[in-house]
Amino acid sequence: MSFLGYPRSDGSVGVRNYVGVISTVGCANDVAHWIAQQIKGTAPFLHQAGCGQLLPDLEIVTRTLASIGQNPNLAGVLLVSLGCESTDVDRVEQEIAASGRAVKRVVIQKAGATVALKEGLLIAQALVSEASQIRQQEFDDSRLVVGVKCGGSDTTSGLASNPAVGAVCDIVVDGGGTCIFGETTEFLGAEHILARRAVNQKVADKLLKIVDDMEKRVRASGGDMRGGNPSAGNIAGGLTTIEEKSLGAIAKGGTRTIQDVYNYGERVKGKGLFIVDSPGREPEFLTALAAAGAPVALFSTGLGVPQGFPFMPVIKVTGNPVTFQRLPDHIDMLVEMTAGKGSGLKSSGERIYQEVLAVASGKQTKAEILGYGNFPGLYTLGPIV
Amino acid sequence: MESKEKAIVLNEKDNVATALVELEAGSSVELDVGGKPLTVKLTSRIPFGHKFSLARIEAGAPVIKYGEAIGNASAAINAGDYVHVHNVMGARGSTGTEGGAR
Repeated sequence: MSFLGYPRSDGSVGVRNYVGVISTVGCANDVAHWIAQQIKGTAPFLHQAGCGQLLPDLEIVTRTLASIGQNPNLAGVLLVSLGCESTDVDRVEQEIAASGRAVKRVVIQKAGATVALKEGLLIAQALVSEASQIRQQEFDDSRLVVGVKCGGSDTTSGLASNPAVGAVCDIVVDGGGTCIFGETTEFLGAEHILARRAVNQKVADKLLKIVDDMEKRVRASGGDMRGGNPSAGNIAGGLTTIEEKSLGAIAKGGTRTIQDVYNYGERVKGKGLFIVDSPGREPEFLTALAAAGAPVALFSTGLGVPQGFPFMPVIKVTGNPVTFQRLPDHIDMLVEMTAGKGSGLKSSGERIYQEVLAVASGKQTKAEILGYGNFPGLYTLGPIV
Repeated sequence: MESKEKAIVLNEKDNVATALVELEAGSSVELDVGGKPLTVKLTSRIPFGHKFSLARIEAGAPVIKYGEAIGNASAAINAGDYVHVHNVMGARGSTGTEGGAR
């Protein structure tokens, strides 16, 4: 099978063709926002990081922004900088440039926001003009990279939408493509089961380590993920053990071999199924998928959530018919309650995969049309100082 | 029709089914276990989203869903019995209601 995409000089294939307007620090957000509002064909990436943070976090911020700028959906990038931020903006610019993308920078502290805005508008306009000359081409679906997420989960998630989305992952991986999932906190209790699917012991150990590290951070903050799981609400909904809860969440990643485990903000290289260490919260996790290099994401939900992403289409799938009816402006697809097994699993997996190919080729998702998803997050670990 | 199924067995290795509607005590439920039909008579009411056993599970034996052990039976479970926190113990971590993320 095939889809229509945009060729990039680094060998990746975009499914959208934007110029990214990336703020390199929280204080530069307004100018980036103004430029992206005015210039059609741009998409902003705004966040609150890049200043008043410790070195390990600044490394995460720098690498994440460099990776975001290399997402296949971006033809070019305008960096909007304050000037005195702690983000390594030179490195962000160099890494994006090394991918073959046009990348420019405006700096607010040079002559103020109004001058940076004026310069930025002209640069963004020129970059969009350049990007608009790239033609969509037909690509084999082995070139596809799909990110996977679940959120706003209910009983139907583990029974229907997560396994159905997992079936799509299996289709993508079997076809030679790439699938990325994460949400480390949701592996808890079933990490030993997931680790058995690692390609080798080194990857299995990495997987167990990211769960252990996440748990230690939670404990250091005074919480206890394992002791509180499953929650009273989970038990009332029918979940008996933490293994059962996590297996339902992990189902969205399908059943294939896990090739590697990456840190938050790193770009995934290679084909097959991968994990990115990340929290489960939507704004930060969708950023992890975009940074990892996913041009399109599948989002399994029970209660229904609105989030999209500024330049990565996010397809919402639910197994809850009430949610589908109640939220027609957010949910793209409904799967049968029996989507989780056997013939039901195969047919719903194939049906969702067709939608992935359609969206990759240009069909707009509900979140894209609505313009919902302009407030992504950037995950860091330490204190703000 | 698939959509008329009242309970689902997610993997053919499973020894429990999950109710897709509320099921009455004493009712017989027709199931599809990896393409093979199975009828189970329920010994108690099963709420939507909750589980019941397909066969006898001895105390200490694994309770299997998604093709994996979700815990062990803390008491012997008969076919058609309600399966939940009262007769299953997770192998990892405790079952509790304190802490955790919101």
